[in-house]
Amino acid sequence: MLRTFTRSLLVRNRRPGLVANRWYATAKVAFDVPLETHTDVQKAHEDLAEARTDSAEVVESGSTALKHAYQENTGFGTRPIYLDMQATTPTDPRVLDTMLKFYTGLYGNPHSNTHSYGWETNQEVETARKHIADMINADVKEIIFTSGATESNNTALKGVARFYSKTKKHIITTRTEHKCVLEAARAMKNEGYDVTFLNVNEDGLIDLQELESAIRPDTCLVSVMAVNNEIGVMQPIAEIGALCRKKKVFFHTDAAQAYGKIPLDVNKMNIDLMSISSHKIYGPKGMGAIFVRRRPRVRLEPIISGGGQERGLRSGTLAPSLVAGFGEAARLMKQEFDADSAHVKRLSEKLTNGLLAIEHTSLNGSPDHRYPGCVNVSFAYVEGESLLMALRDIALSSGSACTSASLEPSYVLHALGKDDALAHSSIRFGIGRFTTDEEVEYVIKAITERVEFLRDLSPLWEMVKEGIDLNSIEWSGH
Amino acid sequence: MTSPSRTQVLSLYKQIIRNANGFNNYNFKNYFLRKARTQFRETKDLQDPETIQQAYRTAKQELGVLKRQSVISQMYTFDKQVVERIDSRKHTQNSGR
Repeated sequence: MLRTFTRSLLVRNRRPGLVANRWYATAKVAFDVPLETHTDVQKAHEDLAEARTDSAEVVESGSTALKHAYQENTGFGTRPIYLDMQATTPTDPRVLDTMLKFYTGLYGNPHSNTHSYGWETNQEVETARKHIADMINADVKEIIFTSGATESNNTALKGVARFYSKTKKHIITTRTEHKCVLEAARAMKNEGYDVTFLNVNEDGLIDLQELESAIRPDTCLVSVMAVNNEIGVMQPIAEIGALCRKKKVFFHTDAAQAYGKIPLDVNKMNIDLMSISSHKIYGPKGMGAIFVRRRPRVRLEPIISGGGQERGLRSGTLAPSLVAGFGEAARLMKQEFDADSAHVKRLSEKLTNGLLAIEHTSLNGSPDHRYPGCVNVSFAYVEGESLLMALRDIALSSGSACTSASLEPSYVLHALGKDDALAHSSIRFGIGRFTTDEEVEYVIKAITERVEFLRDLSPLWEMVKEGIDLNSIEWSGH
Repeated sequence: MTSPSRTQVLSLYKQIIRNANGFNNYNFKNYFLRKARTQFRETKDLQDPETIQQAYRTAKQELGVLKRQSVISQMYTFDKQVVERIDSRKHTQNSGR
């Protein structure tokens, strides 16, 4: 009696659990459930747009001018167009495909040479190194992996200067360099070195004669960037290289924006050191390289001391996934060079023509010596930051990403001799492999409309329309 | 290995286009569609069987990458771009309209 009672109790207890399990299992194989991730808020946006159009009375949300400047297009997506390719580029799916296997199986340390896990990753690292070297016609042994172009620039400037510090105490660079080169040069100034900052002309190009006269017997390094990150101006690298070789001075170039995008040959151009960045060529972030010439040998003091990896110039275990992604990105840059160049050039011409058709606009930097993927345009009588605020549907920048947090005008445009007002009203457009015709057309239309809108608000613009020369006005209070 | 037949090449092209269309990301989708078109147009007049085989092999490998990456692109989705028209039927199919 007692026994049957317990058994029935047991059965009764077990049943609900069993049913619950069954229910769970059937839910798990429901295939028609749409796959949604936390980032998929498209539906919410659509519902919002629908609710807005359905409501009879339109609620005025705020009164600032910028809100009127921005128009919402219903029936279209909400994610902005990415036109800031100088800041960074999207990771190519083919690069990601190469990188994934390093997170799933190939986890060996490339410096472990006692087992096959190390050998297989080491082999992949060397393949990547080959791809990176091939792009600039360098030898595989001349490529040193670093954490990015900033580290490469620091290694070049500080390393070379410190190694030859007993006899040579002078560095030459330009005013339009990237912040990391300028800051590294300033740090060397504190260590007792002499630094010459070369001026540029209104096109953004340096004067070769000025460079030649600046080279002294105790000059150890000349550092000139290949393509400027803000205005896209290409410096005459081959001529500078020939001059430095003649004067027996080492020549470093910051090619973060140039590598893979313009033809570079370290041997023909006599480049001794070159900084390269991975995330500017559709590769992963946090990866870069420095080219250090072996013949004639460039010697430098490493910034990071350690196990002596990378010829002792950059100790620390490599990240094989990033290295392989970087390598694949470089291989693709070489493979797609002609197709990409033609595509970028075509879109760039379209964008430049469209934007310069707006009155009182000007292209910054040399129109001939430039990388077409970077277009920097000044819109007179418009505040650059307000234009950017009105352009929430386009991801743009008014200058380099490092300085966009502060409202100070670009020092690069200052070096070109532009005044504060023009420097404030300039915007940089970056075009890349993944930019489409449709996007460029949208951008031209949006910018034209909103520049016109913002100018209509501006009293200055009214005065310009009336033909008053703004420079002739005596502003009170000055 | 013999040269790929006309049907094989056409089927490969069709598969590449289909997989490129599978990308959720607007820019990647358009890039791979553009690349497939120009690539096949450029290799259309190849005569040397060796180069034809080479081009076929490369395209086949690239198809593998596209297959994997278009699936990944569908797993991690983001909002549509401002130039992309939202197909309202796709999103409202469950709401009974």
